[in-house]
Amino acid sequence: MARVRIRNEWLERHQFTLRIVVVGIIGLVLLLTVAARLFYLQVINHSHYATLAEGNRLHDEPVTPPRGLIFDRNGVLLAENRPSYEMDIIPEQVDDLQATLTALGQVVNIRPQDLKQFDDLLKTKQPFQPLPLRTDLSDVEVARFAVDRQNFPGVDIRASLSRYYPLGPATAHVVGYVGIISADELAKLNPAQYISTSQVGKIGVEGAYENLLHGSVGMRQVETNAQGRAVRVVSYTPPVPGSDLYLSIDVRVQQAAEKALGNDSGAVIAINPQNGEVLALVSKPTYDPNLFVSGISTVDYANLSNDPSQPLFNRVLRGQYPPGSTIKPFLGLAALNYGVLNPFKDLMCPGYFYLQGNPNPYRDWKRGGHGEIDLPGAITESCDVYFYTVALKLGIDKIHDFLTAFGFGESTGLGLMGEQVGVVPSPQWKRRTLHQPWYLGETVITGIGQGYLLVTPLQLADATAALSMHGQRFVPHLLHAIGDPLSGIVSDTTPHALPEVGESDPQAWDLVIKAMQNAVASVHGTAHGISYGAQFSIAGKTGTAQVHRKRLGVFGEEDESDIPKALRDNALFIAFAPVSNPRIAVAVVVEHGGGGGSTAAPIARKVMDAYLLQKPGDKPTAP
Amino acid sequence: MIFSGSTSSYNAMGELTLGEQLLRRLNLDGPLLVAVLALAVTGLAILYGASNADAGAVYRQAIRLGFSFGVLLVVAQISPQFLRLWSPWLFAVGLVLLILTLHSGHIGRGAQRWLSLGVVRFQPSEIMKIAVPMMVAWYLHDKPLPPHWKQLSLLAAIVVVPVLLIAVQPDLGTALLILSAGAFGVFLAGLRWRVIILLVVLLAVATPIVWHFMHDYQRERVLTLINPQRDPLGAGYHIIQSEIAIGSGGVFGKGWLHGTQSQLDFLPESSTDFIFAVLGEQFGFIGVLALLGLYGFIIGRSLYIAVHAQDTFSRLLAGALTMAFFSYVFINSGMVSGLLPVVGVPLPLVSYGGTSMMTLMAGFGILMSIHSHRKLVSS
Repeated sequence: MARVRIRNEWLERHQFTLRIVVVGIIGLVLLLTVAARLFYLQVINHSHYATLAEGNRLHDEPVTPPRGLIFDRNGVLLAENRPSYEMDIIPEQVDDLQATLTALGQVVNIRPQDLKQFDDLLKTKQPFQPLPLRTDLSDVEVARFAVDRQNFPGVDIRASLSRYYPLGPATAHVVGYVGIISADELAKLNPAQYISTSQVGKIGVEGAYENLLHGSVGMRQVETNAQGRAVRVVSYTPPVPGSDLYLSIDVRVQQAAEKALGNDSGAVIAINPQNGEVLALVSKPTYDPNLFVSGISTVDYANLSNDPSQPLFNRVLRGQYPPGSTIKPFLGLAALNYGVLNPFKDLMCPGYFYLQGNPNPYRDWKRGGHGEIDLPGAITESCDVYFYTVALKLGIDKIHDFLTAFGFGESTGLGLMGEQVGVVPSPQWKRRTLHQPWYLGETVITGIGQGYLLVTPLQLADATAALSMHGQRFVPHLLHAIGDPLSGIVSDTTPHALPEVGESDPQAWDLVIKAMQNAVASVHGTAHGISYGAQFSIAGKTGTAQVHRKRLGVFGEEDESDIPKALRDNALFIAFAPVSNPRIAVAVVVEHGGGGGSTAAPIARKVMDAYLLQKPGDKPTAP
Repeated sequence: MIFSGSTSSYNAMGELTLGEQLLRRLNLDGPLLVAVLALAVTGLAILYGASNADAGAVYRQAIRLGFSFGVLLVVAQISPQFLRLWSPWLFAVGLVLLILTLHSGHIGRGAQRWLSLGVVRFQPSEIMKIAVPMMVAWYLHDKPLPPHWKQLSLLAAIVVVPVLLIAVQPDLGTALLILSAGAFGVFLAGLRWRVIILLVVLLAVATPIVWHFMHDYQRERVLTLINPQRDPLGAGYHIIQSEIAIGSGGVFGKGWLHGTQSQLDFLPESSTDFIFAVLGEQFGFIGVLALLGLYGFIIGRSLYIAVHAQDTFSRLLAGALTMAFFSYVFINSGMVSGLLPVVGVPLPLVSYGGTSMMTLMAGFGILMSIHSHRKLVSS
């Protein structure tokens, strides 16, 4: 049955009003739900969201402290900070890092080692931190990037300071260099302090005094927009610049030593015996430390590390040489100290020495011998036979104890990384390291500084300084003074004295020193050649140490000039001056230089001249 | 009831004031007019704070508002009877334009919504925001209510066809608004409760099916709503930053032009879809309550107009348009405060941009026309 529906205007109207009330209530409830949600966000959880908003807005930006400068003792600049441009990438803000790096390669020169360094940093640093891709950009590169900048979000150029060593190779082995922080180094550093530092001292003074040179990081709290660009600075804590270091090095002495060594491989070190300050520290050949500052290229590094003359090797600290005859004054002192012989009683030197039960003679360097000779004479003329006897009378244990007291076989405490300690042999040492018994013949050759005895040039100079001071020792050090860049106050460091060593009888010291003085002054002296024109008294001792192990203990008859250079003897010389009031002690090693008196002694003379002949008004000049 | 506040205030001589005469002459409703204008002016102030004090943006918005207000004035003069006669034609034109848009529309921001008519580009979906409620009201105006099953299926077609055409553009926000306008129209017509319950059940069944046909980015928005932290720098970023902006505003806000989230660009779309968060940040809970109150008043007054409309067409049209406006407010404020997924629905008359403003003002023009063209006979 079809139902015809008739419109009821009143009913429809009533129905509609009812429905309007329903939707009105629904609407009201929904709007109140929104209001409740807003109440929850704005009233109940307000502080939570306020914190989040502040975190959005405010960012702490580290401000890198300028690295402390390094001067010589007279204020000649050895390491400075030059303005340079560094390209930084904030990985988080880069969409496609690989594509960006490729594109950047078209704009600036990116070397493979830059990418490797960057990859290393990428693994260790947080993605919101700016990571250096290239340092030391050229002006052209900066300009080219500036044109394309909008294509590289997250990449920025930062003006920063870059290390520069004005004297370059001349001070490389003292000052060292800085380089880009490696992942390994970063793990050992305080991450908060190094958050914006890209370089760290790697070696030399730069490495040893990293904590003084670095300073402490500053903080700038900036308001940033969503793109990460700083809009304004909210607060600023300035960084504390690193301290300026005044090294004890005197650049004039340093350069004189460098020049005197010439093209030979070797080491020169000069120490002020009065306080242990190192006046010159030269190791040759050397290298340009500026190559390392912004990451050394693989080619440059390969050239340096594959060079057979080992320019990166610091011979002063790490070169371990047989001291040769330079050990004789110390053994002479030992003989007096232990009273094993009468120094004024002559011994017969026929030019050779036999040990009981050994058919092979121990030869003297002087064919035919020195004849009748006493201790002072044996030092002056460097008689080997006399010191074979001294060594035998002392015995290896006493030799070991006495030399150790002078600092041989131990770290000097200079503080530079990589220092070697040499070897002062003893039967215990031989058993421990070589698992062999000690032979008496080894004691004999120790008397002339051969055999297992190994010293570094630094130890040699340190011991010479102690000898010149009649046993008073100071820890050798490179830091003359520390300058506070904020106050401008420069405070001297205090010398660190060590317990006195050796013979307490002043006559014994005088005897040995006088004999060393005669080595220079006397016509019989082995270093007589350097006495001419000397304006101060010099005490010295030559050394000519064999390198060619085959001839060990059995001196050959060859003439030095017939031997290939690599097999020639090392030339050594130790000296101090002036004798009565020593102000400089020097140790020189010239590798394969031949005779100590002819090759090494003149170098020491030039170094002493450069230091002692300075007039009070002399102004040091930067070259 | 506050929404019925009489517009007639007589002076001592018992005559209408000059303002009253003017309103009557122009076929306008005083309370609604004042509320809409207050909302527009408030919107300009919020926009100034949201756009980093960009006077140019405010100026352009003011021009649009002025133009749209002109549209309101014109539409208010058209009698509901005339509107009713033209409803099928307007709907037909809208439908044709929608199909044309699918064919040759401009693609902007990944969606094909724009149709170019010479120099002017516009979104045909905007026409449908008015045309669909009109068509629903037109279809039902001479039918006995509540509608019969057959009528209901035709009504469903009237609503669903344009909604689907818009949803595939894809413009989920507008499709939702039109769906809600049409659905509210049918509901107000007296849809039986058992049918409503049936529809709700069907919806529950359909949800997984709809999910299956959704775009990835649309699913993403729904999932992000449930847990914004699942993609804090991607899809969740809008909601997280928006909640931070609102929450950090607190009770009284950070002050006009002092919102860090909006001023420093952390809040995306701060001048357009997310401008409500700017209000929350700069004016606090007090500010958002005041704005919701203003919206509530406009909706209430509009419902009052609907109740007092004199014929079925006017009633249904007024009610549907009002509830469409409500949907705007609820969807936008709900999404900005993290109650609803992010869909592209602007905050009506406040968000920067002109496309929806004209349609909204035309809607208010229709409401005013309905209220002012009442015959002063029955009540």
